[in-house]
Amino acid sequence: MRRILFAICFLLCGAGLAKSKAVVSSKIFTESFLLGEVLSQIIDSTGEAKADRKLGLGDTAIVYEGVLNKKVDFYVEYTGTISDSLLNDPSLRSVEEIRTALEKIGLTISEPIGFNNTYAIAMLRKRAESLGIRTMTDLQKHPELVAGFTNSFIERVDCYPMLQTVYGMDFGRVKGLAHGLKIQALLQGEIDVTDLYSTDAKIPKYDIQLVEDDRGAFPKYFAVILTRKEVIEKLPRTWHAMRATLEGRLTEKTIAELNARVEVDGEPIQAVAADFLHLDHKGNTYFDTLWRLTKEHLFLVCLSMLFAIVFGVLLAIVARYYRVLGHFILLFTGMIQTVPSLALLCFLIPLFGIGVVPALVALFLYSLLPIVRSTYVGLVDIDPKLLEVGRALGLRPLQQLRLIEMPLASRQILSGIKTSAIINVGTATLAALIGAGGYGDPIVTGLGLNDLNIILQGAIPAAVLALIVHAAFELLDRVVIPKGLR
Amino acid sequence: MISVQNVSKSYGTKKVLDGISLEFQSGRTHVLLGSSGCGKSTLLRILMGLIPCDSGSVRVGDLEVSTEKHFEVARRVGYVIQEGGLFPHLTTAQNVALVAKLRGWTPEKTTERLESLCALVQLDTSVLKRFPKQISGGQRQRVALMRALMLDPPFLLMDEPLGALDPIIRSELQQQLKAIFRKLGKTVIIVTHDVGEAAYLGDSITLLRKGTIIQHGTFSEFNAKPKDPFVSRFINAQRIPEVGAP
Repeated sequence: MRRILFAICFLLCGAGLAKSKAVVSSKIFTESFLLGEVLSQIIDSTGEAKADRKLGLGDTAIVYEGVLNKKVDFYVEYTGTISDSLLNDPSLRSVEEIRTALEKIGLTISEPIGFNNTYAIAMLRKRAESLGIRTMTDLQKHPELVAGFTNSFIERVDCYPMLQTVYGMDFGRVKGLAHGLKIQALLQGEIDVTDLYSTDAKIPKYDIQLVEDDRGAFPKYFAVILTRKEVIEKLPRTWHAMRATLEGRLTEKTIAELNARVEVDGEPIQAVAADFLHLDHKGNTYFDTLWRLTKEHLFLVCLSMLFAIVFGVLLAIVARYYRVLGHFILLFTGMIQTVPSLALLCFLIPLFGIGVVPALVALFLYSLLPIVRSTYVGLVDIDPKLLEVGRALGLRPLQQLRLIEMPLASRQILSGIKTSAIINVGTATLAALIGAGGYGDPIVTGLGLNDLNIILQGAIPAAVLALIVHAAFELLDRVVIPKGLR
Repeated sequence: MISVQNVSKSYGTKKVLDGISLEFQSGRTHVLLGSSGCGKSTLLRILMGLIPCDSGSVRVGDLEVSTEKHFEVARRVGYVIQEGGLFPHLTTAQNVALVAKLRGWTPEKTTERLESLCALVQLDTSVLKRFPKQISGGQRQRVALMRALMLDPPFLLMDEPLGALDPIIRSELQQQLKAIFRKLGKTVIIVTHDVGEAAYLGDSITLLRKGTIIQHGTFSEFNAKPKDPFVSRFINAQRIPEVGAP
């Protein structure tokens, strides 16, 4: 039994570690996913390395952290974000200046791949044409128009206040609107002007016109490929292929159309990316993907549970025999459980970076409490008369533990492990947020794309796995719990 | 021989044993008699080295007893408690053979010993495969006796061994125990609050009250020369069955 368990864990460990690969990541929005997929397909078609897609890893900070920690090799970032948020130096204006600053910390970027995804002012094309508005300077002459902006756009110094300074823009009425409602309000004529990202998928869909920023007031957010210098040295052909394929090729119109195909028409990202690259899209079948996710998920669950069982039971035994220490052990494991699982994952990023290791640590910590508590209760609840008989028979403390106490507590120990395992299967879906893969991958992607189908591709297997784990433990009860106790 | 020298024991402020001195002759059956809370079970635990005494000393054979030495006491003394104290996760055979297994007995030797013990306590060998909860109270008590006798220790300590049994089984087992003790010639100490049982089984009886010895002697001495009015009161409080005469 034990040997089989070890063999399973060993195989899963093997499956978790791949060979020569280039890790591609993205942030959690359509355009970032799409560009990540484009980079991955370029890597695979170049053949120098195998693309390892860790798309939708998290926010800017998490993905960038991944590049620094060598957990991520490539992703698409925006120049304005690099200078303002990542390097904290807004004075860096040109791509060259930014690249020079990045090279000091071992990173580099490509030339812009074409589009500038910045803030933009948008109007319905018909309305703009009828008023003869093409540029911001034109727009400034129409203070009678009604503007509807997101609240952050109204407040950020580089947004509406800046338009007021640079163009003297001053609309009579400015409404604060939620992001999702702006297009609707525009179409229904409740507002005339709104703010959008310049590559927003809705621009081609609803025949929206962007008002030209003729004085260059908005910050530049050119999309560039961010990587480490050592990656380029290791994969020169891949880097060359990426730059040759992408630099200057993706106009705002092209990327907005590609975004729209994914976001509005619901085409699969892989297909849209392949189409753009004129590659034959040989998508993985659903079952290939499911099998990969299952391996990743089981790897996380099994390994973290293995450690949790060993340490949890040991801690409970210590707690049983040393009262003061035991008090602290129970308190500590209880406290871990009160930390929300997502917060626990994030706490571990500074310590372990992103990927499988922090996920395993978090799942391990999370699985401890049910095991420690139930093992402790199981041990404490043993009839003291039986322990006295054991001593009277001359059993040494370790013999007593092995032959009497553990078997007598086996039912509680196993029920603690069962609870822990079921929680673990569910919590492990969150591991995808820090790039550890598993069933959480489609859930995170689906949330990013607002696509229920993709979410269910992760949520359903996770639920099924929890049921299987439950059933497996019911069977294990019959094997492990001594017959005399059932 | 088991000797107890001036043993005292308190739990908090409550004095459970107060300067007890006693000698238990080898090869005889001795009874510690008294109502509950008189300290008789505590004395037994001290004899086993399971709990320490506050002052005084105890010798079992050639061994000075202390809690550190309870492993060595266990080699010399078999111990049976009320309801048997069998481990519920082990079969009766595993319960009996546990200590032998730890000493590395061969399966053949173990089986042989199990069979002869079954014969001794008149237990059907089919019971050996069952778990404690699957057998009757009387059978459990026999199995517990087998376990105590497995390594053939010279001493046998029994704490209310028949306390939880119905009267018919109880009297049946009393007869069997008496026969077994006579046959094996071990030094036996039985704790009980049952006067009839004490009279029937005990070569000597010690009556305890509130941690002190009221009288030590044979049952006929108790009847003929009670040292204290409490002795007569205690004895007469319980009806002595016909078989009671030693």
